[in-house]
Amino acid sequence: MADDKDVLRDVWFGRIPTCFTLYQDEVTEREAEPFYLLLPRVSYLTLVTDKVKKHFLRIMKQEDVEEMWFEYEGLPLKWHYPIGVLFDLHASNTALPWSVTVHFKTFPERDLLHCPTNSVIEAHFMSGIKEADALKHKGQVINDMQKKDHKQLWMGLQNDKFDQFWAMNRKLMEYPTEEGGFRYIPFRIYQAMSDRPFIQRLFRPVSADGVAHTLGDLLKEMCPSAIPQDDLRSLRKRASSTVLRKTKGALALTIIQDKSKTVR
Amino acid sequence: MPSSLLWAVDVYGRVYSLSTACQLWEQCRDAHLEFKRVTSVQQCCWGIACDHNIYLNVHASDLPIRYQEETFENQRWNPVDGFSDRLLPSDRWQWSDVTGLDHQPLESFQLPSESWEWEGDWYADENIGGEPTDKTGWTYAIDFPATYTKDKKWNSCVRRRRWIRYRRYKARDTWAKIPSEETGPLPDPFSDISCGGWEVSEEPAGRLSLWAVSLQGKVWFRDGIRHDNPEGSVWEEVSIPGEVVQISCGPVDLVWAVLWEGQLLVREGIGRDCPKGSSWVVVDSPSPEVGAIHVAVGVNVVWAITKDHKVWFRRGVNSHNPCGSGWIGMVGEMVMINVGLNDQVWGINCEDRAVYFRQGVTSSELSGKAWKAVSVPRDSDRSHSSASTNSMHSAGCFFGGEVRIQSQGSVLSDLDSDSERAPGGGLLSDPEAPAAVAAVDAAAAAAAAAAASGAVATSNADVDIPKPRIPKVTSDSFISELVSDREGQVGRRDGPPSGPSIPEEEGAERDEESKEPPTLVLSASQSVGLQDPQWSNVDLEEAQTHLAVGPPAEAADTCSLSSVATYHLGLEELYGPDEHPLWAWVSGGGCSVDSHTQLNWFNSTGMASSAQSMSLSITPAQSAAWRKQIFEQLSERSKREMENFRHYEQAIEQSVWVKKGAMQWWRDWKPPKWVDVRFALEQFSGVEGNKDGILFIYYTFNEEKKYLHAFVNEVTILVPVLNDTKHTFAIYTAERTKQRWPIRLAAPTELEMHDWLALLSVSCCDSRGIHGPPSKQAIWSLTCKGDIFVSEPTPELEASLYPTPCDQMFWRQVGGHLRIIECNSLGVVWGVGYDHTAWVYTGGYGGGFFQGLASSTDNIYTQTDVKSVYIYENQRWNPVTGYANKGLPTDRYMWSDASGLHECTKANTKPPSPHWTWVSDWAIDYSVSGGTDREGWQYAADFPASYHGHKTLKDFVRRRRWARKCKLATTGPWLEVPPIALSDITILPCGAQSTHEQVPLWAISNKGDVLCRLGVTTQTPAGTSWLHVGTDQPFKSISIGTVHQVWAIARDGSTFYRGSVSAQNPAGDCWYHIPPPAKQKLKQVSVGRTSVYTVDENGNLWYRHGVTPSYPQGSTWEHISNNVRKVSLGPLDQVWIIADKVQGSHSLSCGTVCRRLGVQPMEPKGQSWDYGIGGGWDHITVRANSTEAPRISMAAAAVAAPPHDGLAQQTPPRSPLPPRSPLPTRSQETEINGDAIGC
Repeated sequence: MADDKDVLRDVWFGRIPTCFTLYQDEVTEREAEPFYLLLPRVSYLTLVTDKVKKHFLRIMKQEDVEEMWFEYEGLPLKWHYPIGVLFDLHASNTALPWSVTVHFKTFPERDLLHCPTNSVIEAHFMSGIKEADALKHKGQVINDMQKKDHKQLWMGLQNDKFDQFWAMNRKLMEYPTEEGGFRYIPFRIYQAMSDRPFIQRLFRPVSADGVAHTLGDLLKEMCPSAIPQDDLRSLRKRASSTVLRKTKGALALTIIQDKSKTVR
Repeated sequence: MPSSLLWAVDVYGRVYSLSTACQLWEQCRDAHLEFKRVTSVQQCCWGIACDHNIYLNVHASDLPIRYQEETFENQRWNPVDGFSDRLLPSDRWQWSDVTGLDHQPLESFQLPSESWEWEGDWYADENIGGEPTDKTGWTYAIDFPATYTKDKKWNSCVRRRRWIRYRRYKARDTWAKIPSEETGPLPDPFSDISCGGWEVSEEPAGRLSLWAVSLQGKVWFRDGIRHDNPEGSVWEEVSIPGEVVQISCGPVDLVWAVLWEGQLLVREGIGRDCPKGSSWVVVDSPSPEVGAIHVAVGVNVVWAITKDHKVWFRRGVNSHNPCGSGWIGMVGEMVMINVGLNDQVWGINCEDRAVYFRQGVTSSELSGKAWKAVSVPRDSDRSHSSASTNSMHSAGCFFGGEVRIQSQGSVLSDLDSDSERAPGGGLLSDPEAPAAVAAVDAAAAAAAAAAASGAVATSNADVDIPKPRIPKVTSDSFISELVSDREGQVGRRDGPPSGPSIPEEEGAERDEESKEPPTLVLSASQSVGLQDPQWSNVDLEEAQTHLAVGPPAEAADTCSLSSVATYHLGLEELYGPDEHPLWAWVSGGGCSVDSHTQLNWFNSTGMASSAQSMSLSITPAQSAAWRKQIFEQLSERSKREMENFRHYEQAIEQSVWVKKGAMQWWRDWKPPKWVDVRFALEQFSGVEGNKDGILFIYYTFNEEKKYLHAFVNEVTILVPVLNDTKHTFAIYTAERTKQRWPIRLAAPTELEMHDWLALLSVSCCDSRGIHGPPSKQAIWSLTCKGDIFVSEPTPELEASLYPTPCDQMFWRQVGGHLRIIECNSLGVVWGVGYDHTAWVYTGGYGGGFFQGLASSTDNIYTQTDVKSVYIYENQRWNPVTGYANKGLPTDRYMWSDASGLHECTKANTKPPSPHWTWVSDWAIDYSVSGGTDREGWQYAADFPASYHGHKTLKDFVRRRRWARKCKLATTGPWLEVPPIALSDITILPCGAQSTHEQVPLWAISNKGDVLCRLGVTTQTPAGTSWLHVGTDQPFKSISIGTVHQVWAIARDGSTFYRGSVSAQNPAGDCWYHIPPPAKQKLKQVSVGRTSVYTVDENGNLWYRHGVTPSYPQGSTWEHISNNVRKVSLGPLDQVWIIADKVQGSHSLSCGTVCRRLGVQPMEPKGQSWDYGIGGGWDHITVRANSTEAPRISMAAAAVAAPPHDGLAQQTPPRSPLPPRSPLPTRSQETEINGDAIGC
């Protein structure tokens, strides 16, 4: 499962060109230039925007700066969703680059979590990994890892080191051949037009009669509204209408892993 | 794992086999008889048919079964006639066996049975101890018996020659009757049979033990069954303290039998020298009230069934304690039970008569976990095409004086299906049948023939049998019931509602009825055709009358004795038309499965489920297309989202990544020992985006902190050295290879070692830009641990002027475990494991501990290997107690390794690494060079000395070798090529541009047969089948050159050249015996483009002189080097060896890869050696490396030496290449260019 290197690489190295502009009401000493950056899809906004912060802080006074947050077309962007999810959820149909507005004031307490340091992101990330492994292996794999292994996963993500990350992550993505798959597939379905934050339920990779499940089966069961009336094949192409994210471990690998699972 | 067969007999006596790879019981088409019981081993299946004869079905194989008959012609010289067959009165016979004692004229040799045929005529053997004799084959001596030589001397008074002739066993894949004996006590009819014992002695002989029980309760042992004598030679009666009803023989030395009274007998004293055993021990029935009726034994298990159908498992059974210690009751009610190869268990449930497999049987949990029903359809159930066979079956076999007794019995669902599927008029034409009834046998034969030929419709209309009869058989289950009847215990499970069994009368009654006129048959058959078919189980006399064996009275007797029970299959409603088959007997002795084999025998019920699984399974092609689609969509997305924005800054800057760990290091300075170090790998991206890294080892020396470093791009190989104490690996650079002193590191755990190795390996490959599978030209090598390494040859590697030193070659590991590997430049790669299994390379990479990113997605499979671990038991003689395990204080350990330096007891010796697990117990190894006595001892004057297999007066010490098998399961890009076990292979080396439709591949089986693989192409590297090439003796080494020159070496050291091998005639026509170098026995040969090199048993490397196209055998041997273990010649005549003892600046290494420098077309012997990776290497093959040296250097050389060039052009006949070379012209040009350089 973790062995299709090309696909994994393409997923890992997915980038979203983003244009950061400062919110018009922010007080600056001179005009704020927009800042352009290629954001890794699998990472988190607050983890990869140090440069953005530095860029705008140069023209701002210390007293005007509170916690930085981002907004897209009036919608505060939840930093604890991976960047790829945020983009696909809110902006997948817009022209590139993705235009994100940067705020330093009036933090929307109701919508966003605070993110004072990277260790908060790390904790969030690791809890996702653990949750996913609990579903996949009853948490046995992640619990067998040492602290430094956990660190390696996190550092791999933080430093965008594919090999470093996957040297550890492959252990999380393995399963005994005789079992034919994980216990449950870790996934979350985020919907743009929904009151619920996401759909997450138990879902086995293989049906009771031994048939491998596809992504289509999952959507049919969890989120029938997302399935267009035509057959399942077209579904694969249209999957972007609903963003499916696996809970960590797979790091927003969205559809890919489900497909390779089906293939096994 | 190759597929193997589970055999079973249904209640009608039809024999079926189920392959581990299939989901279908396949009926044994050849069985023209009903069978009572079968017992199978891997290579054959024995059965008792209803005519009471024993039949043998030897599975077809590409390897023929040949038996060599030999006799000696003896002559004496006299002054009148010279040598003549007039011998002295005191002399031996003119024609005798080797000892001279038995008179053996040529005409005294007869084929032992109809299953044999002569392969050719008698001919004189022209070989004496590996050396060719003259054409007549005579060997000379002073007198009989004496030492024979091939040369006639002045004092040679007698001479003899050996005549040989082969006979071949032809009855493969068919049931061949074992001829009953003319002499001796003829056994009364057999009622049970059990085959096993193939692991009692060493493998190559293929000895089997066959035990049989006669109806009178006597036990017989079939003697002399071997690979080359599959039928065995004689029945020997084994005395028995009682009457036996059933017997079971395990793969090794367990034999148990059941007595009529319900106790069990255990055979003791079975061993290599005494496969029959010596005595019986009685073991009580598991239950005090209920006797046993059935027993089944394996390697270390005994299962039994009592008359109440309860299943019992015997605790504590092994070779040392064949009786075990106690019974454990198990769940389930069975009528019979059978134990397979590795203690796996099958049973037939008494409720539903289905075959059940015991799940979860492992070496640690021999009793398993649960019964699971094997539910797969039978071919006759769903294959309409088999209908004609069915009709033939019924026509040919089940037709005779048989009788329907409609008043009783049960309904058989299968009859329905059989009837319905009878072809054309089979059933429908019943009313017209009376005409045929009169001429039963003729009609049957005709119908059979007609059905077989496919002309079903017309012939059936007038001659086919009235109806497809139910085949009738007295299956053994009835015998079991007979037992219970005798004991007065009615053990009916089905509780028949009517017709309680009255065995004796029943048989008699039937017998009478069977003599009634055929009209009855007709009416019965009609009724069957029209209404529910009803029948009773019968019967042996049917078959006998049909076969016209014996007078009716005798048949009746037999019948009443054996066919006594009427078997009611149960209520009609229980067995609907699509009910599963009813089994009577199952035999898993040839079925190689274990607890983690993926069997697809369960959960499938006929066509419905198979259709379902068909529709739901996703084919590899589909998944490949799917993967491609996903990949394309991803690429599309990346393109869409990133293409126009490449100038944007990356959110995360690339940085150096450091991985650190604690390790131990085998320090460089003396005395060497393990010291704790910090280990770090720094990885960074180079200027062109290529990755590189540096290794650091931080240590303290004299209280001072120091470090050692190595650049990742200078590392040439990473070698794992796993043993049970330390998880170590070695890192070599070119410099370290020269020193013969690698950086040796030990990781705290095996897991960490694998993590580090995988990471370092990826890092090394990245730094050298090596990705994906090895190229077709790759050089493969193996270590003595069976690890596989591969290196990409650069064009400069074989450059003639300044070749890349071979210590700079970069090797990477590929998963798997092999002993031999061979390849050619078309990408065909084969390997042979330590257990002689043949493997073909699948084109993948990675496997083993390379998982995830360092491994390919497809083409990685499970690979297993088995090898033996040896320890020595040493003893010294003393005057008081004789040989005892009390040595002198200076002696070696009484239990030691081969060197005697290390203590190795049975208890403390562990498998070579944690990956290996024991699969057998310690056993004496008799196959030691030098021979052993009957107890496996070898004697010598003192330790260490040369050992011999018999005791002399001067011997004060003795030793014997114990072997224990261990097994490894790993993964790698290898697929097994079943079923023949190999000991050597060779693949024709060719230029990269060659287009061989079929790639010539030769092999030697582990029994020494020479084989030629057919159908090997680049698309199907595994080929299709073996072609056997006849030889007079077992072979051990073979090699084929670029132009089909095949050289081979026999086990006695004889060297042969195979004549007339070509693409059109892939197997050639005859062997030419080549005399070996003086006083040397050759052991290995390799043939390149024109060169032939051999290695002898003393480690000398020999070059064959005078090999020309017109005289390919060459003329003389020239000594090139000593201390050579193996040689491999490439398609450009490159010479690479594995050398023993190569001295480096720091250390000496054994098993080193070396390459011959200065090899030129006109100088094939080269000049000196270039030393590469080493220390524990065992095998290398450069036969794929057809990468020529860069042309630029050749051109430069040619320009530098124009006169020579011209000279070479003028003398084409000097080219050593044969004129009919299939090499493309480009190679010819190169050849000339090459000559230019060489001259």
